[in-house]
Amino acid sequence: MHTTTPARPAHLALADGTVFTGISVGAEGETSGEAVFTTGMTGYQEVLTDPSYCGQIVTMTAPQIGNTGVNDEDPETSHPYLSGFIMRELSPVVSNWRSNSSLHDYLVKHNIVGLANIDTRTLTRHIRDHGAQTGVIGTGDPAALVAKAKAAPSMEGLDLTGNVTTKERYAWSESGAPWTTAQQDTGLHVVAVDFGVKRNILRCLVDVGCKVTVVPARTSAADILALKPSGVFLSNGPGDPAAATYAIETIQQLVGKTPLFGICLGHQLLALALGCKTYKLKFGHRGLNQPVKDLSTGRIEITTQNHGFCVDVESMAGKCTMTHVHLNDGTCQGFEHTETGAFAVQYHPEAAAGPHDSRYLFERFVERMNAARA
Amino acid sequence: MPRRDDIKKILLIGSGPIVIGQACEFDYSGTQGAKALMEEGYEVILVNSNPATIMTDPEFATRTYIEPLVPSVLEAIIARERPDALLPTLGGQTALNLALDLDGQGILTKYGVELIGAKVEAIRKGEERDLFKQAMAKIGVECARAWTAKTYDQAVAAVEQLGFPVVLRPSLTMGGTGGGIAYNREEFDRAIHWAFQMSPVHECLIEESLLGWKEFELEVIRDTADNFIVVCTIENLDPMGVHTGDSITVAPAMTLTDREYQRMRNAARDIIREIGVETGGSNIQFSLNPADGRLIVIEMNPRVSRSSALASKATGYPIAKIAAKLAVGYRLDELRNDITGTSAAFEPTIDYVVTKVPRFAFEKFAGADPRLTTQMKSVGEAMAIAKTFKESLQKALRSLETGHDGLDSMIGKVDYRDLAAEMRELANAGEARSANPNAVRDELPPATEEELRDAVLEVIRTPLGERIWYVADAMRLGLGLDEIHAATKIDPWFLRQMREIVDGEQQIVAGAASDVDADTWQAWKTLGFTDSRIATLRGASTVDTRKARKAAGAAPVFARVDTCAAEFASLTPYLYSTYGRASEASPTKKRKIMILGGGPNRIGQGIEFDYCCVHASFALKAVGCETIMVNCNPETVSTDYDTSDRLYFEPLTFEDVMHIIEEERPDGVIVQFGGQTPLKLAVALSKAGVPILGTSADAIDRAEDRERFEELLTKLNLQRPEGGIATGMQEAFDVAERIGYPVVVRPSYVLGGRAMEICHSPTELRRYFQVALEAVRDADTQTILVDRFLRDAIEVDVDAVCDGKRVVIGGVMQHIEEAGVHSGDSSQVLPAHSLPADVLATIRASTSALALEIGVIGLMNVQFAVQGKDVYIIEVNPRASRTVPFISKAIGVPLAQVAAKVMAGATLDEIGFTREIVPEYVAVKESVFPFVKFPGVDTILTPEMRSTGEVMGIAKTFPEAFLKALMSAKTVLPDEGKVFISVRDADKAAASALGRQLVDLGFEIVATSGTRDALTRDGVPAELVAKVGEGRPNIVDRLRNGEIAMVFNTTEGAQAIRDSRSLRRQTLMSEVPYFTTIAAASAVVTAIAARRTNPISVRSIQEYHEQTAPRAKTLVPPAG
Repeated sequence: MHTTTPARPAHLALADGTVFTGISVGAEGETSGEAVFTTGMTGYQEVLTDPSYCGQIVTMTAPQIGNTGVNDEDPETSHPYLSGFIMRELSPVVSNWRSNSSLHDYLVKHNIVGLANIDTRTLTRHIRDHGAQTGVIGTGDPAALVAKAKAAPSMEGLDLTGNVTTKERYAWSESGAPWTTAQQDTGLHVVAVDFGVKRNILRCLVDVGCKVTVVPARTSAADILALKPSGVFLSNGPGDPAAATYAIETIQQLVGKTPLFGICLGHQLLALALGCKTYKLKFGHRGLNQPVKDLSTGRIEITTQNHGFCVDVESMAGKCTMTHVHLNDGTCQGFEHTETGAFAVQYHPEAAAGPHDSRYLFERFVERMNAARA
Repeated sequence: MPRRDDIKKILLIGSGPIVIGQACEFDYSGTQGAKALMEEGYEVILVNSNPATIMTDPEFATRTYIEPLVPSVLEAIIARERPDALLPTLGGQTALNLALDLDGQGILTKYGVELIGAKVEAIRKGEERDLFKQAMAKIGVECARAWTAKTYDQAVAAVEQLGFPVVLRPSLTMGGTGGGIAYNREEFDRAIHWAFQMSPVHECLIEESLLGWKEFELEVIRDTADNFIVVCTIENLDPMGVHTGDSITVAPAMTLTDREYQRMRNAARDIIREIGVETGGSNIQFSLNPADGRLIVIEMNPRVSRSSALASKATGYPIAKIAAKLAVGYRLDELRNDITGTSAAFEPTIDYVVTKVPRFAFEKFAGADPRLTTQMKSVGEAMAIAKTFKESLQKALRSLETGHDGLDSMIGKVDYRDLAAEMRELANAGEARSANPNAVRDELPPATEEELRDAVLEVIRTPLGERIWYVADAMRLGLGLDEIHAATKIDPWFLRQMREIVDGEQQIVAGAASDVDADTWQAWKTLGFTDSRIATLRGASTVDTRKARKAAGAAPVFARVDTCAAEFASLTPYLYSTYGRASEASPTKKRKIMILGGGPNRIGQGIEFDYCCVHASFALKAVGCETIMVNCNPETVSTDYDTSDRLYFEPLTFEDVMHIIEEERPDGVIVQFGGQTPLKLAVALSKAGVPILGTSADAIDRAEDRERFEELLTKLNLQRPEGGIATGMQEAFDVAERIGYPVVVRPSYVLGGRAMEICHSPTELRRYFQVALEAVRDADTQTILVDRFLRDAIEVDVDAVCDGKRVVIGGVMQHIEEAGVHSGDSSQVLPAHSLPADVLATIRASTSALALEIGVIGLMNVQFAVQGKDVYIIEVNPRASRTVPFISKAIGVPLAQVAAKVMAGATLDEIGFTREIVPEYVAVKESVFPFVKFPGVDTILTPEMRSTGEVMGIAKTFPEAFLKALMSAKTVLPDEGKVFISVRDADKAAASALGRQLVDLGFEIVATSGTRDALTRDGVPAELVAKVGEGRPNIVDRLRNGEIAMVFNTTEGAQAIRDSRSLRRQTLMSEVPYFTTIAAASAVVTAIAARRTNPISVRSIQEYHEQTAPRAKTLVPPAG
């Protein structure tokens, strides 16, 4: 719908042979990835810049995308990692006082292939009914695109953390201000292992008074402990957790040595390190409205989720206690290691985008670190 | 925590009659609430004065009281029923205020009734400005700067702090009644007095103006465990300054980033927590400065609201039902989402755009200020769902049925220079136009483009009911979006979307016939254009356009409203059409019947028709048919996803309805229950081969077509007032000369007496043609019916059911007001209280003869006028009428259900409804008017219907029933004081009789000279008072001084009516009971006398119904 250039037809070809045709937006070219959908109605900019979407073609079920343009405050990383971006309609105009660019220009600048004028509901239902699968976006012959989709690798067995992790260790000091109010400095030092960390997680850690050091995914346990952390944070990230064997080994060496807190991929990796199993969900949980119950308090949190893999509840028996459960399908959304108190949640308590119901988990991490310090 | 077992019996209060700001959305919420509580096994005691509601159907509660919603009556009910708890949050502001009164008077404590849903403290914190402000300050949520004033001096001091403009918000009123914006001291002085008067606590908030800011609403729910969810976000297209009920609103919010939205969500959570609403829904309104994002909370309603109904329909999340369950102790995570079978503790996400547009009735209120302000003025709304905003907006606009084909052009139809001049006048005049609203403006020479552009730009600065069309015209006339934004403050995103629609018109005009391939059709339809609009733009016929589109293979698909953006499969077929790839309708192969609803509420077509549609659905479900509801009114019970088996939320146009019919292939379509809206489609649908159930289109035509109707009456040897058809002014004069003045004139095919008037002279008839007809855009104004007006006749309404062989009368209702007042505005009594038996026999016989001759299958309404022994037929409507719910409640038989079954093929014998039920008690229907919302409008009752709603009084005797009806209509009859009487000559004798009775009752009489002379002659003492214009203090001064307790004033002739206008306005302002007919005045005097000896008694309708035929009960299958 971008009016400066005539609309150019483009397709999404799925591995099962289904083709959706719309128009090309953002960068031109061809891209492939696992076709998934997210049901959040706000926060497309955060979705675009969430490293966990690396290797995926993301469909927004919300139909009007780009209305508020993009701004400098809201990205979750320096640039988008996802493979493609699909929407019903791209706004030709930007209306928001914080915006400094249009979504179209942003996609072009970061070379993200986009596809608009797609019946995203039909596509979503297709993914729901037939499962997440590989897709290719391109302007070429649909049959050829389907062939490419069939040939592309599945997400299962793929370790993508290497694509998104930082190359260098760095200190993070930005808080959530002015949107949040930071607490007093606790003197605690968190080492965050970056499997594709979102900035807002780091901001949340700063907000609860922690000093934060971000380290590359392949940093060894010895190197991490050498930084004298008060606790280690295991970040979110893309891909199949079971394939990130290096990370599982590192975490095994950290368990019991320092308080651990994991989110999303970090949750799955911690589970694997503790001897639990993970499996792939049919089409995952991706959205800002997922109900989770904290089993210790009975409280409901409306959470942000973005995961295609999940920890097997039965495999936790005897090792871990499930602390959080998904109210819709009963899947594990959080657990605690019985022996060491290491804990993790499958969802995103930093919620960018999403509701801020679960920020207490960062405080819980602080309590654990304080307890360990004392 | 699961449901509470310590409470067993719950009192549920409804919202009373439909008024502006409080409409059938509260029937929807009350019905959901009652159902939910009954489902949980509680005894539900329901009180509502409005008989046209589903919630007052006897099956929805253990006992149902159709009684006045006043503390004394509620106390009597509480004393009789001894409920454990009172749930006040589902009945609008009425129920909430009543709960506060009951608490304040110690009644709840006295009888040990617990308030559930919201505690008194929470209600006060949410509703009282100062407490709310304190609460907000405590949690750090910013409010608009404001001061509460209880005196004029305090108000002035506040203005000095804030500077103009300021917003006035009277405390504890609903729909913003009495509120407004003042731009200068003069306006302020006028407005503040009005505001104080409207507030029950004589208190007004003087607030910093946020004009032009963005406005958002959040619909939120919280449970006892502090679990909190946002059900829906709503963004107003109209920026701050227009009441949200009058704004075009869009869901979800369109122009917020996640950070901005989450800040709002956090504020909402803090607010509901601080206010302390712990078991139910609330509505929180925010304003946001588009320049810097400054966020202000405007207000919160600690109860289910109009927006909650909208949010429920927009998302599929049943807010009222969940709120009711939370009120009895459940937590969110203990409840399921019916649509997906997953947890109810989640936030709906939607993958479409919902647009709600208000419907106004300014044409009914000559002299009303048409500008939209913070006081709600709309009488109804339509909602539309589509994939994109553009399609959704155009669907919503055509759903309004105001003659618009979507966002069509008004250039040439509206004189923008005229309108601009009117806006200037209004701005200068401050309040309402006191100038003659009937003035005919001088013809100006044709406008140049530039003049037109300037005029439009000036017009769109002022929020008006039709501004959205004017804004589009501004674009068509070449004004830039920046200029339009500066003038309207409408967000650039919405303007740009509208621009795409306007640009689309150009593509449609330009596209050559051969170029229109499937993709092009798809593109046009995606913009929301109808076949008829495309046809108009291309100069083609709609039929050809439709054929061409279908030939190209472009057709809509149906998608589901599923609360989850397709994440889960939905179990409920709640559907909307849109242009896309795959349809999810999945029609069944069952025997199915489609019911076409009534569309947006308007004066003349409101909740009564939705009631009938819902009953049709219940009845047909009960006999094993699949029911399919089509409607576009979000306030209604009919658009609840579990009322019918399948729900299509769609505009009721031929094109939209045909798409559904093509998808569903129903065995029959019912057009009889939704009022004029579906009836207007009957012929076209029938021609398209759609099986219309019940009375045939031809039979309907026989009743509607003047000449055929005459033939019918002649054949049956029935008489009607002399009259004729005129196709122009001259012909009308000829007819009037022939039959003699006064005459009743009206266009054919209209409902609610639209543009219906009594003309006493040729001058009045000329004015009628020049002015009154101008306003009727959606009617056939070519054919005007001119009839002799029957002076002093008694009107009678009859509703009957006919299966083709047998006719059973539902009820014969006698009007209290004489002929000349629209039947929808008059008070009616069932059974007829003063007609002789032979007249009633004639009426019954005529009704039967008409039904059988016309071939009615289903419902029929006949209006009679009785002059002495002569019975005249005024009109016959072979369809459900406004009085069907009233009769059904009175006699205990759901007439609409009987009719629906008849239409589906059953006989009255089979159904067991074979005999008219004449109750041994009396039911009185009284109408409720919105005059208080329209300063400057004359309140006299005329043939043009202007009431928005009705109440019912039911009792053993007529006086008590009438008294109850008046109480329910908020008319408080005095027990002492001065009664002002001023009557026309014909009523003088009757006035003397009334005067004597009043004096006997201890009242004093005040009268104008003519009436006083008559009274004195008859020996009734009366004090003389000056008429307006006869020196001062005159009667208006005396009213203003609070010296008059009641007014009886009858007039005749346009001049006399005009002369007494200020008197009527003042009685309204002073809240003095006012009666304009001798018949009503007599009834009032009788009621006052009766009240002296007998206190008000209360009784449930279930108990009343036990008195009527016991078989009636077997007819009533409750909804699933």
